[in-house]
Amino acid sequence: MTLGRFLLGRLIALVVTLLLASLAVYGALYLAPGTPISFLTRGRTVTPEELAAIKARYFLDEGFLSQYGHWIAGVLHGDFGTSIIGKAPVLSLLGGRALNTFMLVAFASIIILVIGLTVGITAGLKRGWLDRTLMVGATGAMAIPAFVAAIVLVLIFAVNLRWFPVFGAGDSLSDRLYHLVLPGVALALASVAYVARLTRAAVRTEADSDHVQTAVSRGLPRGAVISRHVLRNAMIPIVTVAGLTIGSLIAGAVVIEQVFQLNGLGSYLVQAVGQKDFPVVQAIVLILVAVFIVLNTVVDVLYAVLDPRISAGRQAA
Amino acid sequence: MSALLEVDGVTVTLPVAGMQQPVLRDISFTLGQGEALGLVGESGSGKSMTARAIGRLLPPGAQCEGRISFDGDDVLAFDRNALRRYRTNGVAMIFQDPRASINPVRRVGDFLTEALCTNGGLKQDVANDRAADLLDAVGIDDPRRRMRQYPHQLSGGMLQRVMIAAALLIDPRLILADEPTTALDVTTQAEVMAILDTLRRERGVSMLFITHDLELAAAVCDRTAVMYAGSLVEEQRSLNLDSDPLHPYTAALVQARPDITFTHDRLLAIPGRPLSAFEAPAGCAFGPRCPHSEPACAEAVPPLLTVDTGRSRCRRLPQLRGTMGQKSAEWL
Repeated sequence: MTLGRFLLGRLIALVVTLLLASLAVYGALYLAPGTPISFLTRGRTVTPEELAAIKARYFLDEGFLSQYGHWIAGVLHGDFGTSIIGKAPVLSLLGGRALNTFMLVAFASIIILVIGLTVGITAGLKRGWLDRTLMVGATGAMAIPAFVAAIVLVLIFAVNLRWFPVFGAGDSLSDRLYHLVLPGVALALASVAYVARLTRAAVRTEADSDHVQTAVSRGLPRGAVISRHVLRNAMIPIVTVAGLTIGSLIAGAVVIEQVFQLNGLGSYLVQAVGQKDFPVVQAIVLILVAVFIVLNTVVDVLYAVLDPRISAGRQAA
Repeated sequence: MSALLEVDGVTVTLPVAGMQQPVLRDISFTLGQGEALGLVGESGSGKSMTARAIGRLLPPGAQCEGRISFDGDDVLAFDRNALRRYRTNGVAMIFQDPRASINPVRRVGDFLTEALCTNGGLKQDVANDRAADLLDAVGIDDPRRRMRQYPHQLSGGMLQRVMIAAALLIDPRLILADEPTTALDVTTQAEVMAILDTLRRERGVSMLFITHDLELAAAVCDRTAVMYAGSLVEEQRSLNLDSDPLHPYTAALVQARPDITFTHDRLLAIPGRPLSAFEAPAGCAFGPRCPHSEPACAEAVPPLLTVDTGRSRCRRLPQLRGTMGQKSAEWL
């Protein structure tokens, strides 16, 4: 009942945020130096007839909000416009690239969740040298930017050891995954360390908490204490941070795709910005922002599911 | 009758800055079946640590010497299984702050029945019935609804009743109650205390009751032990604490207490500040603050003297007995 109202509230907030974000994305075009006309004509001198045709096609004679209205109406129907450079519908240009980026981010997310949580939980539960070693390693890994990690990984595992390809996306599914190992690790490295450190802190806080002491004092087996009380409660901050970290991978993917020549949304975005192909830029930025916002909402909802104090509100006796 | 709990010469040290520092020194007392012993003293005097030592809940790195025996078994020698059995139906703990001591993300019903189902192997619905009955007994209306709620939906007083019900549910032989009413307001305190006291007596459960409140201890406990700086300084029948204190520290505590029948300009305070066990000087720990101390008091830790009505760690007790109980006339 209250959870339903909470979900409805989150859903409305999601839609409003998406609309505002789309307005900002569209408006950003006007903040860039130069006019839309100069982007569209690419600096060439054009005849007045051509100019009028371009203006009519992009509704440039109408006000900003009206232009935005035409664009967002198209977007809602799955029409992101036509690429100025590619001369093809933006959506058709994005499809395969989106899949590449999705696979990269998904691969990195799995690494982050599996290794980050394992390391964090182990370090949180075992005090002593193992905990200290893992945390020193994590602190070091956190300080390595993705582009440095990418270059070092390529140097060691692709150039010297020749275990993995230097760049490219691969063909078959297994080949693709094989090609994703180095980019995935490079993208995940700092986040793995971050999630591991946070997980350790959350686990340690719960393990030392009064309610866990109560559980111990009641003679519950160690496994039950850890799963029902320590991990169950530590999940609340962990889900939040892991979710937001995965969201931020979308931005990190831009750099990694450039380094590894993965033909994904990130590298296409960089290319489109360079070519001032603004329908493509708008579409990619909107997609990335939308994914980030949706992920945030999912985290919010999960948070409420995990922590009854969030959604249930005040019903105290 | 042999005692249910025997604590004999228990000394606990904790690692502080790389050194093992004492927090409890040579604690000895016994507790019979169905008996209640109050444990009073200032913060940091070692009351909670004593309960933790008995419940085998000392912090990591703590070292515990001496002997604690429960129903004849050596508690400090328990292996993992024996310890679980001991906690399953031997000893139950009630903590000070119910809001912190009950998992906030699990339902009240889960908290109550968890030990029964996991350790006792009871079916969930049987455990639910028993939990509901006991919630009723501790004065919670509509127990089934409360069991479906989360801890944050209950008041502090209600949560402490839940905690008491959870402790009694396992049919323990001993309850270690660590300041169970300190986090509650005064009216709720009285209600909760009365419920704990009544149910404990009905079931013949022994209790070690830790509190700052001398009167509360006297009201619910047959005997009261007073702790100072990690040592037990006095132990006797609760009724006599006021009139016939056996240690200058107890006498000073009694005098420092406000009295509702007189108006004081100023409350009497004990000069100096309370010491931790590891700060305690050689000889009598209370010596530096004691109005009756003499050089010989600082020479050696006084032994626990047994007198007709109790025990005391004051070496001057024979001379001082009977003169410590009265309040100074100038304050009246």
